[in-house]
Amino acid sequence: MSAAAGRQAARRSHRGRKRLRTVTSYALAVGGAVLFLLPLFWMVSSSLKPEYQVLQYPPRWLPDPIRWANYAEALTYVPFGRYTLNTLFIASMTIFGHLLSCTVVAYAFARLRAPGKEFLFLVLLATLMLPYPVTMIPIYIGFKTVGWVNSFLPLIVPAFFGSAFYIFLMRQFFLTLPLELEDAARVDGANTLQIIWHVILPISKPALATVAIFTFQASWNDFLGPLIYLHDQTKYTVSLGLSFFRSSYDVQWAYLMAASLVTMLPVIILFFFAQRLFIEGITLTGIKT
Amino acid sequence: MTLTGRAKALRRARRSTSLARREALTFYLLISPWLIGLLLFVLGPMVASLVVSFTRWDLLSPATFIGLQNYEKMLTRDPLFWQSLKVTAIYTCVYVPMELAGGLVLALLLNQRLRFEGVFRTIYYLPSVLPGVAFVVLWIWILHPDVGLLNTLLSYVGIQGPRWLADPGWALPALLMMSLWGLGRSMVIYLASLQGIPRHLYEAASIDGANSWQSFWKITIPLLTPTIFFNLVLSIISTFQTFTSAYVATDGGPLDSTLFYVLYLFRQAFQYFNMGYASALAWVLFLIILALTLLIVRSSGRWVFYEGERR
Repeated sequence: MSAAAGRQAARRSHRGRKRLRTVTSYALAVGGAVLFLLPLFWMVSSSLKPEYQVLQYPPRWLPDPIRWANYAEALTYVPFGRYTLNTLFIASMTIFGHLLSCTVVAYAFARLRAPGKEFLFLVLLATLMLPYPVTMIPIYIGFKTVGWVNSFLPLIVPAFFGSAFYIFLMRQFFLTLPLELEDAARVDGANTLQIIWHVILPISKPALATVAIFTFQASWNDFLGPLIYLHDQTKYTVSLGLSFFRSSYDVQWAYLMAASLVTMLPVIILFFFAQRLFIEGITLTGIKT
Repeated sequence: MTLTGRAKALRRARRSTSLARREALTFYLLISPWLIGLLLFVLGPMVASLVVSFTRWDLLSPATFIGLQNYEKMLTRDPLFWQSLKVTAIYTCVYVPMELAGGLVLALLLNQRLRFEGVFRTIYYLPSVLPGVAFVVLWIWILHPDVGLLNTLLSYVGIQGPRWLADPGWALPALLMMSLWGLGRSMVIYLASLQGIPRHLYEAASIDGANSWQSFWKITIPLLTPTIFFNLVLSIISTFQTFTSAYVATDGGPLDSTLFYVLYLFRQAFQYFNMGYASALAWVLFLIILALTLLIVRSSGRWVFYEGERR
């Protein structure tokens, strides 16, 4: 009897401890979420404040009245529409270049046998770790020599020569595909390019989408590249435009927050729709080698 | 009979070598864009960078060969080189462990099969995908000494916050804090590999009487070491290249307290047009990162645990 009661008490205390742990976990997770969301909340709130409330002390948490006009004014203060079009152009060309080149190269690394392949694959992995600043200067001098500085070309053309990260990502994906379909196509007399186009690409949409999304994000977020190559204000990208906007004299914080939010918005929307692909892309290259 | 058999075998072998040769040819044709890119955008520039680093060159007049003078100046007569190296090293030494541990803590928190795990993951991960410049501009505003969010929150608990980005002593810690907002990236990588640890290992350990603390140190951590290794290398390489936050938030100031290495390199190259000196800086950066990476890879044999059966 007393033994049973003791066992019951032990079980109860075990359950109690477990519940305490769950409650603590939720409290920490919610606390963390609040910390991670606060900056975004602050940005939205500030972007909607009338001028006199932005620098008011002590600061207000919510704008009153809400001033939507900040957005319209901020986005016409500097030509953000133009910057957006420029960035979209660069991003879509870069996506096209990466999809074209990385697919072919990755397929070769995943499926074909050739002497020297292992060594070249190691070289590919090594270039993953090469910091951009190391090659930045000669590449700049090269583009300057061919007269491409102050054009979009230096930001677009390299994409057509592949990118180690995306080649690696796609190779990892191709390795998971079954061989039977390709063998069947080969028996039917298809050549390698036909196999890639008709057999591999239709079943590789997740990998293609991941490369497209990562490339879009990288182009949209890129700062150092546009900073080096684009001098003409009409050629600015959104990141460069925002930095220029911020350094211009006496700009209102409400405007800056509105412009920052607009710059973040495409990435946020993309992220909500394709979070799974973001995560798969990161883990595909991160965990398996 | 045997002769024709041998001839057949020989012919078959020859056909298979010619097939193999064709396959190899296809391989090299298909990877040719990457190979050309490797020459144009990686190997060529690296050699060129080394050559340029032995010259004085402003891109207007022809380059003059000056031997090792750039390197000599860097090591003996340029306090800003040492300052930028110091800033970057301090930042890396503090940020990398914080990212490794912080990302792991968040991942462990989410790995307890919480309800709304997906919502929490989205919230933690989101900041790390945001555009750098907008991210930094937002934080400049949060760190505003008088009406910023951070000092407002601090004032609620009776602390008068420092002037953050305007204070030489607080600017670097401020940038550090800002970067921690992007912790979600490493969390996602940890989370994926945590979810790959088979549950039966924990069940077996708990039958053997291990408590959760012991399971954590004897199962979770050893099985996570490949991921920790990956995050460590990635994190060091990227913190050594910190640029946007320093350029946009502080422009290296105040008093060069946030003069990051790549910012200094950028100034030498694209503001002062000292292409030779900037190339020397780039090569030193390359050697530092190479040495650090090799050091970690060398040490990995001792602390990185790979399962016998690798997929």
